[in-house]
Amino acid sequence: MMDEKKYAELESKISPKPPLIRNLFTAFITGGTICLIGQGISVFYMTYFDFTERTASNPTVATLIFIAMLLTGFGQYRKIAQFGGAGSAVPITGFGNAVISAAIEHRSEGYVLGVGGNMFKLAGSVILFGVASAFIVALIKTILVKFGVVSW
Amino acid sequence: MKGLLKFRTNPTIAATGVVVGPLEKKSPFKPLFDKVYDDERSGQPTNEKGHSKLVEDACMIALRKAGFVPDDADFLLIGDLVNQMTPSNFCASELQIPYVGMFSACATSISSLLTAALLTESGMSACSIAGASSQHNAVERQFRYPVEYGSQKPETAQWTVTAAGVAAVTPNQAGFPAIVSGTIGRVIDLGVTDPFNMGAAMAPAAADTLERHLNGHGRKVKHYDTIITGDLGKIGFEIYQKLIAKKKIETTNNLRDAGAEFFGDDSDFQAGASGTGCSAAIYFSDVYEKMMVGEYKRVLLIATGSLLSPLSFQQGDTIPCIAHAVELEMK
Amino acid sequence: MLSIFVTAFVVGGLICVIGQLLFDVANLTPAHTLCILVVAGSILDGFGLYEPLIDFAGAGATVPITSFGNALTHGAMAEAEKHGFVGVLTGMFEVTSSGISAAILFGFIASVIFRPKGKV
Repeated sequence: MMDEKKYAELESKISPKPPLIRNLFTAFITGGTICLIGQGISVFYMTYFDFTERTASNPTVATLIFIAMLLTGFGQYRKIAQFGGAGSAVPITGFGNAVISAAIEHRSEGYVLGVGGNMFKLAGSVILFGVASAFIVALIKTILVKFGVVSW
Repeated sequence: MKGLLKFRTNPTIAATGVVVGPLEKKSPFKPLFDKVYDDERSGQPTNEKGHSKLVEDACMIALRKAGFVPDDADFLLIGDLVNQMTPSNFCASELQIPYVGMFSACATSISSLLTAALLTESGMSACSIAGASSQHNAVERQFRYPVEYGSQKPETAQWTVTAAGVAAVTPNQAGFPAIVSGTIGRVIDLGVTDPFNMGAAMAPAAADTLERHLNGHGRKVKHYDTIITGDLGKIGFEIYQKLIAKKKIETTNNLRDAGAEFFGDDSDFQAGASGTGCSAAIYFSDVYEKMMVGEYKRVLLIATGSLLSPLSFQQGDTIPCIAHAVELEMK
Repeated sequence: MLSIFVTAFVVGGLICVIGQLLFDVANLTPAHTLCILVVAGSILDGFGLYEPLIDFAGAGATVPITSFGNALTHGAMAEAEKHGFVGVLTGMFEVTSSGISAAILFGFIASVIFRPKGKV
């Protein structure tokens, strides 16, 4: 019998590597386009509603997630992701897609145990690590400010 | 050598039934499938119920073609990939045929066929239904991500098919493919951990079972009109051929792989098809037909399965794999 | 006005390129990649670097998930400035509620109206 190391060599020689240049390019284009659309939406909110450059990001994010809902529901987000990779996963629409796809998927187990219980099964870790790191960073900064090392 | 089966009474496959989902229309084998659903859920409210309906239909078709009704069947030996195999369980509940759930992941098509042949050989079965099925949505949501989640699949990924394939196994009848021998696989694990490269994980198991079958039964590759593996996919199939060459097994150009061929050259499906229903659907349509019309006289079916669970994968375990082989002959 | 669109495209695209490198070169799952980016956004804000990026790139910095880490940290630090240590805990979701509430709400609506399709 072949040993694992030898097999790993043989296997990696035959298995195609991800086409890195192409993937980076499509990620750039896809992610850039989503942010470009986001910029357009935020200009819209600034022009027609009472939002500033700072506050416009809230309705912009909500609008993008709404668009992600439609694309996910009609089975299109998956196709964009196959093309764009991280370009569609990293923007907030990817977060929306993770929540929405899990919600749609688990509807068959009911709204409470299915949708409610599984909605964050993919996106939950992002919230956890966001909150945990925000807590630690803000805590360190507060301590440093108290000791006069840095200022706000 | 252990794990070898030789059948003296040569049980036969009297009929087969293959039912697939809507996407499998893209398969070049479509004309050979008995029934194609236009709805992914086979008209049922959930994926799992649709899965159940798929295999139930396949069983009914095989029974009808063999001239039986469910009451005539002695044993139902089927399996799938969903937790605790509920789709097969519900199918068995509908058909009311005495049932043993079979699990060898994607190698279930062959483990169930061998078990049916043993029951037939022992004289305790006049008709056994053996087979396997998978349903894309139900399997994908369990092993990977929600169906609509956007993840970029690598070229090594394979597409779980929606398909059910079953065979009606009876005592020897002239004019039908006979089950003459078989080899039960060993679990082979060469440390592959990537669930998007199942073909590479399974290839060593297929090569091992092929070698053991050939040595154990004193056969040469050229003895067979075709040796067709289950769902190695395009990449796994290439690795498997390299492994065979390293084992110094003399090959001809009679090697096939059901997963690599299932969707033809359509690159939408990356490395090809997989799933419990993949090998079952091709074995019990294309291979069976070719034997019936005399194009194939002797074939070796080697179905491969990855015996992982979502939990074992997340806990960082490697992917243990198995391959079972059965030799069919048209006497 | 037009230049902000260009910088949004380029900066947003580049953050996604980092994500793709984590996918393909570091071999991380999407979940691991997104967690790293969120933590990165949070740390950058700790050094006061993320807000200037938003000024420079607009949606190019607010749309990628890094901005989620930034917003959580920013909220926590803003409250900490006012109320001391308690603010670290209470301020976190001050700024960033819209992403999560939109995801929950639209996820719920989607589960009512859509079924998984699962076709190529």
